[in-house]
Amino acid sequence: MKYQTSAKITWCPGCSNFLILKAFQDVVFELEKEGQNKKEIVFLTGIGCHGKIFDYLNLNSFYALHGRAIATAQGIKLANPKLKVICFVGDGDCYSEGIEHLIFAAKRNSDIKVFVHDNRNFALTVSQFTATSPKGFKGSSTPKGSIEEPFNPLELVFSAGATFVARTFTGNFEHLKKMIKEAILHEGFAFLEILQPCITFFDQTSFFKERVYVLENQDLESKEKALEKIKEWDYKNDGKIPIGIFYKVKKPTFEKEFFKLSQF
Amino acid sequence: MEKDFSILIGGEAGQGTRLAGNLIANLFNKLGYFVYVYEDYQSLIRGGHNFSEIRVATEKREARKKEIDVLIALDKNTISLHQKRLKREGFLIFNADRIEQKKGIGLFADKIVKEEGGIPQMVNTVFISALVRCFGIPFEILENVLREKIKKGIDLNLKIAKRVYQSLESQTKVAEVRPLTSFLLLTGNEACALGMARAGLELYFAYPMTPSTSILNFLAQKEDELKVKTFQPESEIAAINMAIGSAFAGKRSAIGTSGGGFALMVEALSLACQTETPILIVESQRAGPSTGMPTYNLQADLNFVLGAGHGDIVKFVLQAGNAKDALFLGNLGLNLAWQYQTPVILLLDKDVSENTFSVDSKILKKLKIKKPKLFAGKNYQRYKITKDGISPLAFPGFDFIVKANSYEHDESGITTDNEIIAQKMQEKRKRKFEQMEKEVEKLGGIEVFGKKSAKVAIFPLGVCKGSAIELAKEFNFKVIFPWILQPFPEKSVKKELKGVKKIFTLEMNSTGQLANYLKKFGILAQSILKYTGRPFFVDELKEKFKKL
Repeated sequence: MKYQTSAKITWCPGCSNFLILKAFQDVVFELEKEGQNKKEIVFLTGIGCHGKIFDYLNLNSFYALHGRAIATAQGIKLANPKLKVICFVGDGDCYSEGIEHLIFAAKRNSDIKVFVHDNRNFALTVSQFTATSPKGFKGSSTPKGSIEEPFNPLELVFSAGATFVARTFTGNFEHLKKMIKEAILHEGFAFLEILQPCITFFDQTSFFKERVYVLENQDLESKEKALEKIKEWDYKNDGKIPIGIFYKVKKPTFEKEFFKLSQF
Repeated sequence: MEKDFSILIGGEAGQGTRLAGNLIANLFNKLGYFVYVYEDYQSLIRGGHNFSEIRVATEKREARKKEIDVLIALDKNTISLHQKRLKREGFLIFNADRIEQKKGIGLFADKIVKEEGGIPQMVNTVFISALVRCFGIPFEILENVLREKIKKGIDLNLKIAKRVYQSLESQTKVAEVRPLTSFLLLTGNEACALGMARAGLELYFAYPMTPSTSILNFLAQKEDELKVKTFQPESEIAAINMAIGSAFAGKRSAIGTSGGGFALMVEALSLACQTETPILIVESQRAGPSTGMPTYNLQADLNFVLGAGHGDIVKFVLQAGNAKDALFLGNLGLNLAWQYQTPVILLLDKDVSENTFSVDSKILKKLKIKKPKLFAGKNYQRYKITKDGISPLAFPGFDFIVKANSYEHDESGITTDNEIIAQKMQEKRKRKFEQMEKEVEKLGGIEVFGKKSAKVAIFPLGVCKGSAIELAKEFNFKVIFPWILQPFPEKSVKKELKGVKKIFTLEMNSTGQLANYLKKFGILAQSILKYTGRPFFVDELKEKFKKL
C-alpha cells in the first residue's frame, strides 16, 4: 500500500483499525491526485490502540501525549497554517484526559480535523470503561459493571461550537472513506466520530450493523435538525444509529482570525 | 558624592500608587540615577494595601532598605504601617483630606483635584509634584516624564502638577548626576520578553498566573513592534503542548507560568525531552505550597524544577537575579533550546519578575539569534544517531517527512521497544547532555562580584543577588551567582571557591534548597533564609552578618 512504513502492524488480527488505516490512505491518495501536496499533511495521534497508526504511515506526524494530540495539533497549525493537520484520537484519550482540548478546539473553530476511534473502552490497557462505554460495562476495573452513564460526544462537541459534526462506522467502508475526505476538506474544525468496534474486548460489530443507517437529506446548516439527529442515539438507548454529516457550516477559522489583527 | 535614598508610596489598590511609583522611577532615571522599584501588592482589585518602594542611588542598588527617606501616604494605613521606617530627617508627604497628621507636608489632594476638575487617580500627580518640589528638581523634568508616560488628560495633570509645585518650598537639592544615559527601566518580565523576542521568538503561549502574567500581557501589547504572536489557551497543559507543536513545525516558541502551572506542564516537559523539541519555559516562582501567596515571593520551586520530568531528563535550568539577567537569559535560553533541541527552564521569582530595574540598553545590541543545526541532504531521519547526540532538524511541510515520537523510537521516529535501539537512543540523549555540560563550561555559567581573594563567599538565589552584592561590598565577601543551575557549572564555581573558607547561601525558602543542591557537588554552605514572602532588607542582613 502507498504511504506504508516498514513497521510491523501490531493491532489484533481483524481489528477495525485496519479499515481506518486503509480508508485514510485511500483518501490521501485521492487528495494527492487532486493536487494536495502530501508533504503538507501532518497527522497526530494520542496514546491507545488508535495511536499505532502513527507507525504505519510514512507521512509527517507527531505521536503526542495521551489526550493532548488536539492541543499539539493547534500549535502546529498556528505555526504553519499551510499544513493540513489531522488528529487520530481515541475515546479513552480525547473524551477523558484531554477533553478540554477537544471542547476548546471546537469552540475556537481551529482548522484541524479530529477522527475519534471510538471503541467504547480503554483497549490497550486491557479494557476499562470510557466516557462512551454503556452503563454496566464489565471491564477489568469494573468487574461488577461500570456505574456511570455514557455521554453523547456529538452533542458535546456540537454545543461547543464545532462547524463540522459527523459520525461514521468502520463496518461501512465507503462511508468511512467519504466522511474522512469530507472532514479533511472542511475549512474549520471537523469532528468525526468513528464507531470502531473492539473485536477483542467489546465487539459491537453486529450491534452497530443492526442499528446503523445513513442520514439522508440532512439540512446541514440547521442547528435544530442537527441536534434532533444527534440525539436520536445518545449512546444509552437502543434506537437507530444515524451516521453521516449532522452539521456543517462555514465560519472564519481560528487561525485566520488569529493572524488577521497582526500588522507584521 | 554617593547618594542613596528610598521613597515609599502607598495606598489602597485602585488608587494608582503603582503607576505613581513608576513615574517617580522614571523621573530619577531621567536624572541619571540607578533605580530599583520593589512592588508590594495583594491579590485583590480594590482596597487592601499596596505600595511601591523606589530606591534611587548613584551606584547600582538592587535590594530593599528598611530605612526610608520619603514616605508618601495616600491613606492612613500607609502611615501606620510604614512610619516607623521613616528616617528622622526624612519627609512625610500625605493626603490631608484623608489623614489627620501634624508633622510632615499635608496636601489637600482630593480638594485640589476636584477644584481642577480631575479624576480621583490624579491625586498621584499632586504627590509626585510635591516630591519633585521638595527635592528641588526643575519642573521641566517632571513635565517631560508626565508627557511621556501619561497620554490621557495630560494638560489637566500638568495643571495640577504646576499648582502644587508653585505652592511649596524646596527642602533639599537633588543634582543631576549623570548626563542622560542609555539606561532603560524594565521589570524582569518585560526584560525576559524582550530577550526572547531578540532570540527570534515567534509564538508565546501562556495561561494567566501571577507573577508570570505580565510577560503575556507585555508581549500581547507589543505584538506588532516585537513581531511575536501570543496566545492564551485553555490551560497550562494546552500551552505547553501547543508550544511543542509549534516548535515541531519550525517556529520558535516559549511559554510562561508559575509553580502551580509548571506542575501541570511537567508531563509535556518530558515529552519535549523525548521528542527533542526546543522549548523555553519561564517559571516565575511565587510563595507556595499550592496556591500559596500569589503576589508574594518564595524561591521554593528550585528542587521541583531541577528534578522535574519523568525519565532521564535532559534540560537546562537558568536563573535570573535581576532584569538584566532576565533579558540576557530569555535570549540565551531560547537559543540554547534550539541549539540543543531541548527544553530550557528560566527560573525567575516574583521580585525579579515584577520589580523594576535599571538596565543598560547597550546589552540589547549583544542579543542575537543563533541558528540551530538544520538538515541538508537526502534520506532524512529525525533521530539520526550522531556523535554529539544532536540530530539535525527538519520541519513538516517542506522537503522531508518528519516523524516525532513520545514513545521510544528508532532513528526514523518509529516506535520501538527493541533493547539495542532503546539503549542507543538513551545514549544519544546522554551524549547530548554531555555537550550541554561542555556548553556550560564554555559559557562559564556564573557571575562573580566583590573581593577576588575573599575568604567568605555568598551564593544568592534569584532576587537575593542584589542584597548579596551590597553585603559583599560592606564585608569584603565575594558573591558567586550561578546563572546556570543545570547542568551545574561545577568547574567555574570550584575555581572561584579556591581559598574560600566559609560559604553562605541567601535564599527565600524555609529549607535551604540551594544549599542542599550545592551539597551534591561537595560544596558545604550555611543558608541564610527568609520565608515571609518578602525579600531581605539589606540593613537586616548587615545586622545578621555583624553577629555571625
